[in-house]
Amino acid sequence: MHVPDGFLDAPTSVATAVVAAGGVAFALRKARTELDDRTAPMAGLVAAFIFAGQMINFPVGAGTSGHLLGGALAAVLVGPWTGALCISVVLLVQALFMADGGITALGTNIVLMALVGCFTGYLVFRLVAAVLPKRLSSIAPAAAIGALLSVPVAAAVFTLLFAVGGTAPVDASDVLVAMLGWHTVIGIGEAVVTGLVVASVVAVRPDLVHGARTLVPAAELEIRTVPAGGQS
Amino acid sequence: MGAGHGHRLHFHGHSPVHRAPAHLKVLLLVGFMLTVVATPRDWFPVFGVYVLVVVAVITAARVPLLYIVRRMVIEVPFLVFAALIPFIATGPQVEVLGVSVSEPGLLAAWGLAVKGSLGVMASLTLAATTEPADVLVGLRRLRMPDLIVQIMGFMIRYLDVVTSDLGRMMVSMRSRGMDPRSPRSWPTLARTLGSLFIRSYERGERVHLAMLSRGYTGELPK
Repeated sequence: MHVPDGFLDAPTSVATAVVAAGGVAFALRKARTELDDRTAPMAGLVAAFIFAGQMINFPVGAGTSGHLLGGALAAVLVGPWTGALCISVVLLVQALFMADGGITALGTNIVLMALVGCFTGYLVFRLVAAVLPKRLSSIAPAAAIGALLSVPVAAAVFTLLFAVGGTAPVDASDVLVAMLGWHTVIGIGEAVVTGLVVASVVAVRPDLVHGARTLVPAAELEIRTVPAGGQS
Repeated sequence: MGAGHGHRLHFHGHSPVHRAPAHLKVLLLVGFMLTVVATPRDWFPVFGVYVLVVVAVITAARVPLLYIVRRMVIEVPFLVFAALIPFIATGPQVEVLGVSVSEPGLLAAWGLAVKGSLGVMASLTLAATTEPADVLVGLRRLRMPDLIVQIMGFMIRYLDVVTSDLGRMMVSMRSRGMDPRSPRSWPTLARTLGSLFIRSYERGERVHLAMLSRGYTGELPK
């Protein structure tokens, strides 16, 4: 799924890198308001979780399988700013250490998967959650619909970039049809997985789900003092 | 993350390429790849020079070429896509082996394949010769915001913890008869991811508290 080097021309790659840098800098400032001084360890662990989550292959049948992209999932679980930040860091680590996604295409990948992916997912999630009854059981379906739309929207933005700076002489409308068709199918898988994952977290620890924050009061950290030699 | 605990792609060594400062290597990689991407794709000999440059660096690093080539399988799906372009591209058609394909499409496919492969090769060379901790130092020296470097550091530090957590969950599910190749295992796999999230999040909280108790104020010692 990652855009490799040379897919978009150099000016487009540099332009998306500038947009990505601006977006990440803004997300950095906003993530501090979501997580305060816990930002570094929490975002680091969530980024490691997203990376591990992308390693699980969901069998589709006929020997093929796909994996989660995780933009909408991260946005619903930890909030859109922290989520976008985590996905950006995952992409950075993948580009630097795993050669997954080109280093010059890093900006493009961050714009598509971290910024567009997280924010489309989160906006749709919020809109759907506003319409559905205000119950915990509404969170998972809303997250699923957010995930469903986030993937084709990211694909459409990619097509736009391709029309501006693509290096292959393929008709942009052909690309749009192929990308949207294919990514709607991927989006359905993403929606089912995101919905199931969010449902399982909501069932156990609804206080951890950022998207359910208005329904569950955030659990404050309690520091209890016990007599020495008492329970450990 | 000392010696011997490098990430999976690291190839331990003591060559000049291994010892070169990481920020220089990252800058060179970005500069080199920008040059490659900006090179017109019909300058065929120039790409030969680029390949020679990368192969020379790999040789200087004393990393076996096969080590890099074997790890280039990551770009196979992309190469398949590039191979499709001549059939769907517009423009004048030419006959290749009795099949009519688009001529500019053929050129575009070559460009995508060669630039993408050079990118994967060059990135793998960086990954093979640089420890993660050094990359973090290098990125900090390149004025990457401190918080991003910290997040990256925590991600890399706990990556193996979290992935092996997942590995143990998969093993225990398999040993209880789950078939990971059947689409029916989707709900199980999703619940696994859910509990992996809770475990990772709670581990993050514990790490944060442990850091606070050791005097963390938002900055790590350099």
